[in-house]
Amino acid sequence: MAVDPAALARRLRDGDLTVAPAVLNLVESRAPKDQEAIAALLAAVSPAALGGEAPGHLVGVTGPPGAGKSTLLSALLHGWRERGRSVAVLAVDPSSKRSGGALLGDRARIDVDPADRAVFIRSMAAGERLGGLAPATRAAAHALAAAFDVVVIETVGVGQSETEIAEVADTVAVVVQPGSGDTLQFIKSGIMEIPDVLVVTKADLGQVATRARRDLHAALRSLGARGTAVVAVSSLPPAQGIDRLLDALEAHRGATDVPSRRLQARRLHALADFVEEHGARGLRALGGRRAAEKWLATTDPALDVGSLERALAERAAAAAG
Amino acid sequence: MMRTYAGHSTAAKSNELYRRNLAKGQTGLSIAFDLPTQTGYDADDELARGEVGKVGVPVAHKGDMSALLDGIPLDKMNTSMTINATAAWLLALYIVTAEEQGVAPAQLQGTTQNDIIKEYLSRGTYAFPPAPSMRLIADMVAYTVEEVPKWNPINICSYHLQEAGATPVQEIAYAMSTAIAVLDEVRARVPQDLMGKVFSRISFFVNAGVRFIEEHAKLRAMGRLWDELGRERYGVEDPKQRRFRYGVQVNSLGLTEAQPENNVQRIVLEALAVTLGRDARARALQLPAWNEALGLPRPWDQQWALRLQQVLAFETDLLEYPDIFEGSVVMDGLVNELLEGARAEMAIVAEHGGAVEAVPYMKAALVESHRERIRRIESGELKVVGQNVFTETEPSPLTASGDGGIMTVDPEVEQHQREAVRAWRSGRDQAAVDAALAEVARVAAGEENIMPATIAAARAGATTGEWAQALRDAFGQYRGPTGVGEAAGAGVDDDAALEQIRDEVERVSEALGRRLKILVGKPGLDGHSNGAEQIAVAARDAGMEVVYEGIRLTPSQIASSAVQEGVHVVGLSILSGSHRELIPSVLEALREAGAGDVPVVVGGIIPPSDEQALREAGVAAVYTPKDFNITQIMRDIVGLLASGSRSDRESSPKGSLSRR
Ligand code: B12
Ligand SMILES: Nc1nc2c(ncn2[C@@H]2O[C@H](COP(=O)(O)OP(=O)(O)OP(=O)(O)O)[C@@H](O)[C@H]2O)c(=O)[nH]1
Ligand SMILES: [Mg+2]
Repeated sequence: MAVDPAALARRLRDGDLTVAPAVLNLVESRAPKDQEAIAALLAAVSPAALGGEAPGHLVGVTGPPGAGKSTLLSALLHGWRERGRSVAVLAVDPSSKRSGGALLGDRARIDVDPADRAVFIRSMAAGERLGGLAPATRAAAHALAAAFDVVVIETVGVGQSETEIAEVADTVAVVVQPGSGDTLQFIKSGIMEIPDVLVVTKADLGQVATRARRDLHAALRSLGARGTAVVAVSSLPPAQGIDRLLDALEAHRGATDVPSRRLQARRLHALADFVEEHGARGLRALGGRRAAEKWLATTDPALDVGSLERALAERAAAAAG
Repeated sequence: MMRTYAGHSTAAKSNELYRRNLAKGQTGLSIAFDLPTQTGYDADDELARGEVGKVGVPVAHKGDMSALLDGIPLDKMNTSMTINATAAWLLALYIVTAEEQGVAPAQLQGTTQNDIIKEYLSRGTYAFPPAPSMRLIADMVAYTVEEVPKWNPINICSYHLQEAGATPVQEIAYAMSTAIAVLDEVRARVPQDLMGKVFSRISFFVNAGVRFIEEHAKLRAMGRLWDELGRERYGVEDPKQRRFRYGVQVNSLGLTEAQPENNVQRIVLEALAVTLGRDARARALQLPAWNEALGLPRPWDQQWALRLQQVLAFETDLLEYPDIFEGSVVMDGLVNELLEGARAEMAIVAEHGGAVEAVPYMKAALVESHRERIRRIESGELKVVGQNVFTETEPSPLTASGDGGIMTVDPEVEQHQREAVRAWRSGRDQAAVDAALAEVARVAAGEENIMPATIAAARAGATTGEWAQALRDAFGQYRGPTGVGEAAGAGVDDDAALEQIRDEVERVSEALGRRLKILVGKPGLDGHSNGAEQIAVAARDAGMEVVYEGIRLTPSQIASSAVQEGVHVVGLSILSGSHRELIPSVLEALREAGAGDVPVVVGGIIPPSDEQALREAGVAAVYTPKDFNITQIMRDIVGLLASGSRSDRESSPKGSLSRR
């Protein structure tokens, strides 16, 4: 059965949320025969085609395994729904290196009404990628942002994967649980970028949570990141702090120049995809990472990731030849 | 004490059965509740579909309880209730029923199972999150020790752990860790001078497998550990109060569908494990029936199980000697080995913060042990007679009878019970019920003992579903950990069969455009998760992407997940007997959601007589316990998807898959 990318794009633009599964089935496809349709779909929901950035708020939720990301998402979902927002969740889980298989467990933690058409949850396997996202996550998120008010991505929590999510999301929330000194160390030493919002989960555990919140706050201040909100939440019922977190996420988005952040994200992502495909040799052909980034900054802002990646490839080929 | 675990259909029918059994000389009652009652839903709840009156009796309010116990003198009865999440509620109904008979709480004797940790780990009839569940248990212990002093408020169960795959060491360690969690919680609520009494009220419900020498050693080890715990951790001085008291149901997980007559030998050997040595002999023994893996036993099957016990007790010299292992170096060595292992495992649980916090760890450990057990059966390392060795057989006269060798429940019961509970609600003083439930909610949010408000709500005529809903609102919904994500993958690398499937999955995924994705679903209240878990883990190890959300989903939840996740195949697992209602509902929900072309495979306890109907309804393949080779099942599933792209699959005849 051939899918019609134009029809899918039209339904997304019209805000038809029931199109989400079909969109995902297509953008996740690696079959050569589908690549043209995928490119067409993405072009049809690109900023150039939409006449501006897709309206949905792209939120990244990341943090170490077991920190409470999915449970938090469950609570956030209810909050967003109460505020009348439609929400799509892309939950990424790791794949087994040996078998390629994956157990997609996040969904089980997210409690939703199956009859609620304004909520869409899709589990994605990271495959061989290490950055915390699945191969199609970025494309899927951008496509869904044309129709959903909020698109949330839960990454594989592997300590340092937060960089890739920062290249996709408008707002990145890093989730830590009380007593996890690692995150503090990562932030202090600069291994991890400073998040837009820091969430300390399991506030119901009491004192340890309060202490964790205080420590993180102090660390951020010492790094001069006074603007980063630190919110303590408890996601298990009776949930606490969820409204404050929703406000913090929205406040961040309100204070962000979304078009330029997304433009930057598209360029960095194209570069990442290019490196994935062409490796270190490709990067050398472009004169190194910094030169490549500089060149990207001169490209047409309307270009989508696919076009940018192709442009990089052409440039590298020209340099090599 | 000998009693049979019983209850089915309706309170009135079960009452007849109890009276018949008591007239035959049975000395106590053992009440089996249906799954909606056990999980806190009334018969008219969507989740109750297909389960009302199936594996036990539905009890929705004090009217049902008094019909169930009509004409049975509660001051003389010793009543055991297999009830956990809603134990406080059922005990309240029992107390109110006694009150109406003019019997005071202090005269009541019996046991509520009430071990919630093993519900998360194995049995699946939990209703609330762990912390408030532990509080309900502690409230009950504190209440009964003063007000219903002859009641055993809790029975720590290791039985269910072995049924979920636990090794002897795990069975000992997790049960003892559970006891510690409960006792620590109670210690905070009762005066220290009552701790000896509390300790002595705690009894165990254990398992005994077919390796009966080791199993006997396990029981001796548990006795030693219990004595130690009482003395060292809880300061219990009186050795009598530290005695390890336990009842047994012997292992059922190892009972086979293939050549089911062999189960009789297994059951007898398992019974030896808990009777051989007097120093570690069971107080009460329940034996399963020969047709355990086929479905619910009929009265004749139960009679046979009882006779096995009677032959052991009355014909052999088993009970005539003092402890026959006293001074045995071999037995002592075995016991010490188990003790050592158990202590190490208990230390790991303690490191996690105790049994409550360690539930996810223990669950994943059980899934892994079970996985290992299945691997050994598949490879032939673990021999199961009639299943993976000596499989040739003459036709069996036992399974040739017309009813398929099992008991079935009339589906009319559910309709009747739905109407009955609605009628009950419309016939009571609603204002009094509302006030009583508001009081339950208030107490739940605070720290007072839950029992008085619960008893008042029972008296006012509230229903099981209403009481549980009040607590769900206060405590929150809860979904237990599945253990599958954390469970380690296949340990063996050079497994040729596995390699071959992985190649095949890779090839089919290539053709599909995306990696083969399967949803494993458990519709309804059935808590038998072993099969679903093992299928999920095996599918991942075969290279598939697996969505598994755990037990207790409605058909519409399953259909919605299948569509949103874009899975290529849906696998459903039902063992409780509700497949006839629930599988067609899932198929219907899938069609409505626009996923009618996604193939559905089904596994569990499916009698051959139902298989045809399921296939006609559109199910592509049906698996039962005799299909013990999960690697082969994986091969079938991949084959199902390899047989063509979506469009030509529709034109190929469904159910053409061969079944071994
Ligand atoms: C183990 C067990 C339990 C354990 C379950 C632990 C757990 N977490 O799973 C415990 C002790 C908790 C338990 C409790 C109960 N049990 Co029980 N239990 C069994 C037992 C002995 C074995 C089931 C099992 O796990 N087998 C091992 C797994 C791997 O095999 P399997 O699930 O059959 O799966 C295989 C195939 O069926 C197939 N398959 C299964 N699912 C799927 C899914 C897919 C997608 C595919 C492709 C294949 C597939 O592939 C697997 C590989 O071989 C059976 C009897 C028996 N011997 O079969 C009774 C049995 C299922 N239990 C039964 C009952 C009545 C109960 C209780 C209601 C008793 C009570 N009143 O308290 C409770 C209810 C619990 C609940 N919440 O629902 C009855 C059901 C009767 C019926 N259908 O009419 C049975 C048949 C016993 C009997 N004869 O009475 N039980
Ligand atoms: N006490 C408490 N426990 C929580 C809270 N949030 C999550 N948990 C528990 O923490 C564990 C992990 O939660 P998840 O939501 O699965 O964590 P995650 O970060 O999504 O985990 P991965 O996806 O596996 O990395 C579960 O057992 C939750 O019940 C909370 O607010 N309080
Ligand atoms: Mg998660």
